[in-house]
Amino acid sequence: MSATAALPESQIGRVWTRFRRHRLALAGAAVVALLLASALFAPVFAPQDPTLLDTALRFRAPFADWAHPLGTDELGRDTLSRLLHGGRVSLTVGLVAMVTTVATGALIGITAGFLGGWIDTLLMRFVDTMLCFPQVFLLLVVAAFVPPTLLSISLVIGLTSWMEVSRIVRAEILHLKEQDFVAAARALGASRARIMFRELLPNAAAPILVAATLKVASAVLMESYISYLGYGVQPPLASWGNMLTNAQGYFDTVPWLAILPGAAITLTVMGFNFLGDGLRDALDPRLRMDP
Amino acid sequence: MAEALLKVAGLEVHFPLRSPFLQRRIGTVRAVDGVDLEVARGETLAIVGESGCGKTTTGKAILRLIDPTGGSIRFGGQEIAQHGTAALAPFRRRMQIVFQDPYASLNPRMTVGSILAAPFEIHRIGQARDRAERVAGLLRTVGLPPEAARRYPHEFSGGQRQRIGIARALALEPELIIGDEPVSALDVSIQAQIINLMKRLQAERGLAYIMISHNLAVVSHVADRVAVMYLGRVVETAPREQLFFNAQHPYTQALLSAVPEPVPGRRRSRQVLQGDVPSPARPPKGCHFHPRCPIAQARCAEEAPASRIIAPGHAVACHMVTP
Amino acid sequence: MIGFVGWRLLQAVPLLIGVSLIGFGLMHLAPGGPLAVYTLNPTIQVQDIERIKVIFGLDQPIHVQYVKWATGMVSGHWGYTFFGGRPVLEVILERLPATLLLMGSALSVAIILGLSIGVLGAVKRYSVFDVLATTGALFALSFPTFWFGLMAIFVFAIELRWLPSGGMWELGEEGSILSLIRHLVLPTMVLALVITATWSRYSRSAFLEVMQQDFMRTARAKGEPPAARLLRHALPNAAKPLIALLGVELPFLFSGALVTETIFGWPGMGRLFVDALNMKEYPVLMGLMMFTGIFVVVGNLLADIAIAAIDPRVRLR
Ligand SMILES: Nc1ncnc2c1ncn2[C@@H]1O[C@H](COP(=O)(O)OP(=O)(O)OP(=O)(O)O)[C@@H](O)[C@H]1O
Ligand code: SF4
Ligand SMILES: [Mg+2]
Repeated sequence: MSATAALPESQIGRVWTRFRRHRLALAGAAVVALLLASALFAPVFAPQDPTLLDTALRFRAPFADWAHPLGTDELGRDTLSRLLHGGRVSLTVGLVAMVTTVATGALIGITAGFLGGWIDTLLMRFVDTMLCFPQVFLLLVVAAFVPPTLLSISLVIGLTSWMEVSRIVRAEILHLKEQDFVAAARALGASRARIMFRELLPNAAAPILVAATLKVASAVLMESYISYLGYGVQPPLASWGNMLTNAQGYFDTVPWLAILPGAAITLTVMGFNFLGDGLRDALDPRLRMDP
Repeated sequence: MAEALLKVAGLEVHFPLRSPFLQRRIGTVRAVDGVDLEVARGETLAIVGESGCGKTTTGKAILRLIDPTGGSIRFGGQEIAQHGTAALAPFRRRMQIVFQDPYASLNPRMTVGSILAAPFEIHRIGQARDRAERVAGLLRTVGLPPEAARRYPHEFSGGQRQRIGIARALALEPELIIGDEPVSALDVSIQAQIINLMKRLQAERGLAYIMISHNLAVVSHVADRVAVMYLGRVVETAPREQLFFNAQHPYTQALLSAVPEPVPGRRRSRQVLQGDVPSPARPPKGCHFHPRCPIAQARCAEEAPASRIIAPGHAVACHMVTP
Repeated sequence: MIGFVGWRLLQAVPLLIGVSLIGFGLMHLAPGGPLAVYTLNPTIQVQDIERIKVIFGLDQPIHVQYVKWATGMVSGHWGYTFFGGRPVLEVILERLPATLLLMGSALSVAIILGLSIGVLGAVKRYSVFDVLATTGALFALSFPTFWFGLMAIFVFAIELRWLPSGGMWELGEEGSILSLIRHLVLPTMVLALVITATWSRYSRSAFLEVMQQDFMRTARAKGEPPAARLLRHALPNAAKPLIALLGVELPFLFSGALVTETIFGWPGMGRLFVDALNMKEYPVLMGLMMFTGIFVVVGNLLADIAIAAIDPRVRLR
C-alpha cells in the first residue's frame, strides 16, 4: 500500500522537497516515528509489567522515584509501562481500523466511479445515508452489540468511517477513467478488474495515502473515546482511553493520571494529522486546503 | 475484389443529452450520424474534418471503445458492431489505436516495461520470462533503447512517448491501427519522424491505418485515400490525388481553400465559409451542410443527399454533384 | 424556486428511506432483537416470547414488519422504553431543548469567532495573525474533545473553582438563568473549539476565493471602502459555501455534543444516548439514531434551500 513504491524516483525527490518545507509535517513525521518505535519496543522500554499490581505503591507522583519514572496509578501499576503498552494497543487498533477504512472506502469508491450507472447511484446514496448518522452514534451502537475484542473494535471503527474515503477515491477515478491510457487498456482487451486495480488504483495512491494517514488519527481518537466510555478495549488490557476512565475518579487529587494518557492521545492525533496535511501538500498541490 | 479489411456502413453513435436535474433525456448528440467507410489491407485511409465533426468518436466506435447506436462494422468479413466483451476479445488483437495526447495515453504510474508487457499479459502470450525480451524487441522496433523499459513515461519527450504508444499498439501484431491525430500534439520537427516511423512499419508489416487528422499537410503525406467528415457524416471519399486536385463536394473545396498550400501546385481559390459549425445536438435538416453551403438549393434543406460514386473510388454526398 | 424546493424534497425521500432501513436493520441486529427486553429477562418463558412475537407481528415476513414499523415512525409511534414503558419519542423530545441549547450556543460562538478569524486571516493573508490562526486551527482540530473537556473541568472547576463541573443547574436553582449560563460556559467552550477551527479554515478559503473575483476588483476600482466591499459583496458570495458547511457539519456537531454532554453531565440527547447504551435501552438508541438521521437530512435540505434563495443560479442546476 505504499504510494512511494509506485512513484518514479524524480517525483519522490520533488515530493520530499515540498514536504520538507512543511515544518509541522516534519514534526508530525518525527512524532509518528517515535510513537511507532515506542509501540514496537514497548516491552523493551517499559520498566515493568504493565499489569503488575503493588498496592503498597499507589499514586506515586511522576519523577519521584526512578523505579516509576511517571509514577503509579490507583492499583500501584507503573504508569510509564501502561502508557507504552496502552500506546501499542491504541496504535494497533488505529492502524487496523485505518486499513479497514481504506480498503472498504477504496473498493466502494473505485467500483462506483468506474462502473457508474445505477451501481454508482446506489453506492453513493448508501454513502450519503451513512453520513447522515453521527459517527460516534453509529460507532457506539455497533460497539455495544458486538463483544469487544481488539479486532472487533478495529473493524467497527473502520466500517463506520470509510465514507469520505470512498468519495475521495470515486472523484479521483471519475477523473482518471476518462484518460486515454484507460481507453488504451480497453482496446487491448483488459478486463474491468485489471483496469480498476492495475491501471486506476495506483493512480489514486496519493489521495488514498493522505486519507489513510488522517484516518489513523481519527481512529485513535475514536478508540480512546469508546474505551473511555467502556465499550472499547477492556481492562486489564491498557489503552489510553480506558486509562482515562479510571483516572477520572481521582481527578482532583492525582490529575497526572488523566493528563498523561490524554496528552499521549493528543500527541498521536496531532502527529498523524500534521503528517497527513504535509503529505497532502507535498503529494498533490491541487488538494491543498490552505493556500 | 476480396472484401475490405474493414467495412463500416451507416455507423451511428448518438449520445443521450440529459437534463442536469432529473436526468431526463432531453435530446441527442448525433456525434456520428451514418458513416460509411472502407479500408483495404495495407492501405491508409485518412479521415479529415473540423474539430467536433465526430472523427474520434468514429474511430473509438470502430474499436468498440464506444458502443455504436446503429450501423454495421465488418472486420475481416465478420460483423462486430453488436459483439459483447467476450466475442470482441479476438478482435482486440487485430485492431489497435494510437492516441493524440502522448501524456494522457500512457499510465503515469507504470514503467514503460509494464505498459508494453500488458498486451502479452492480457492475452497470455509467452512466459513471464521472455516477455522482457519481447518488450525490448518492441522498443527497438520503434527506435528506443531497451533500457527505456525501466523508466516511467514522464521521463520521455513527447515524440518518445508517442513511439512508446506505437510500440504498445504494435505488440499484438494488429492488422489495423487507428491513429487519432497521432502527431498533432508534437513539435513540427518531431512530426516527420513519427510519420516516417509509421510509414516504415506499414511497409514492413503490411499494416492498414486509419489516420484521423485535421492537418491536410500530414494527410497529403500519408494517405492513400481520404474521407472528409462534416457534422457526423462522410461527405466525400476519394483517392488522395483526386481529393486534393479534383474535390467535388462544396465543403471539401472550402476546407482545401482554407489551407495556405496543402499540396504544391494546387490552384487556390479562396473561399471562406459563412457561419459556425452547428451543434451535433441540433444538426440541420436535410444536408447537414446546407446552412453554410454556397450552392445550396431548396431541396438541400429537406432531403439528405445520398453518397454517389462519381469516379472509381470517388464518392460524394451532394445533390449538386452528378457523375 | 418552488420547483427547486420540490425537487430537493423529492431527493430527500430516498435518503430518509435509507436512514430508516439502516435504523431498522440495526434494531434487528441488536442482541435479542427488537424484543431484547423480554428475551434478556430470565423470568419470561420461551412460549411467552413466542406469543409476544405474534402480538407484535414479529412472526411476519421482514418487509411486512418494515412497512409496519416505518408507518409507525411516520405517525409518531416510535415504540416504548424497556424501563418505565414511556413513549420513546417523548423521552427524546424531552432532551431536545438541552441539546439544541448547547449546540446553538457552541455554534454561535464558533461561527462568530471562526468567521472573524477567517476573514481577518483572508484580508491580512500571510500576516503573523494569519499564520498563528491557521496553525492554531490545525492544533485545535487535532485536540480530542473529551480530553479537552476533562482538562477544562480540571482547570476551571477543580483548580480555579470559577465554574461548575457539570449539570445544567445548581441544586435548588432550577430555572435560574444565571445558573444555566454558568453551567453552559464550559461545555460551550469545549464543543465550540473544533467547530471554530473548522469555520476559520473554511471562511478563510471562502473569502480568499471571493476576493480574487472580478466583482471585488470592480468594487475596489469604484472606490468602495474595504468594509463596504466586504459586507456588500464578499459576504453574500462567501455565504454559500459556509451555509453548505453548516449542513454538512451537522452530524459532527451531534457527535461532538454527545461527547461534550457525557463529560459534563449535560442532560441532553447525547447523555440520553450513553445512558440508554449502558442500560441496553435499544428502543431509545434506535429512536435517537433515527432522530439524528432525520435531523441531518432535514438540516441539509434547509441549507440547500437557503443557498438557492441567495443564489438563483443554483436553482437552475
Ligand atoms: N460522451 C459524449 N457525450 C456527449 N457528447 C459527446 C461525447 N463524446 C463526444 N461528444 C460530442 O460529439 C461530437 C464529436 O466529438 P469527437 O470527439 O468525435 O470530435 P472530433 O472530430 O474528434 O473533434 P476533435 O478534432 O476536436 O478531436 C462533439 O460535438 C462532442 O462534443
Ligand atoms: S447537398 Fe446541397 S447543401 Fe449539401 S453540399 Fe450539396 S449543394 Fe450544398
Ligand atoms: Mg478527436
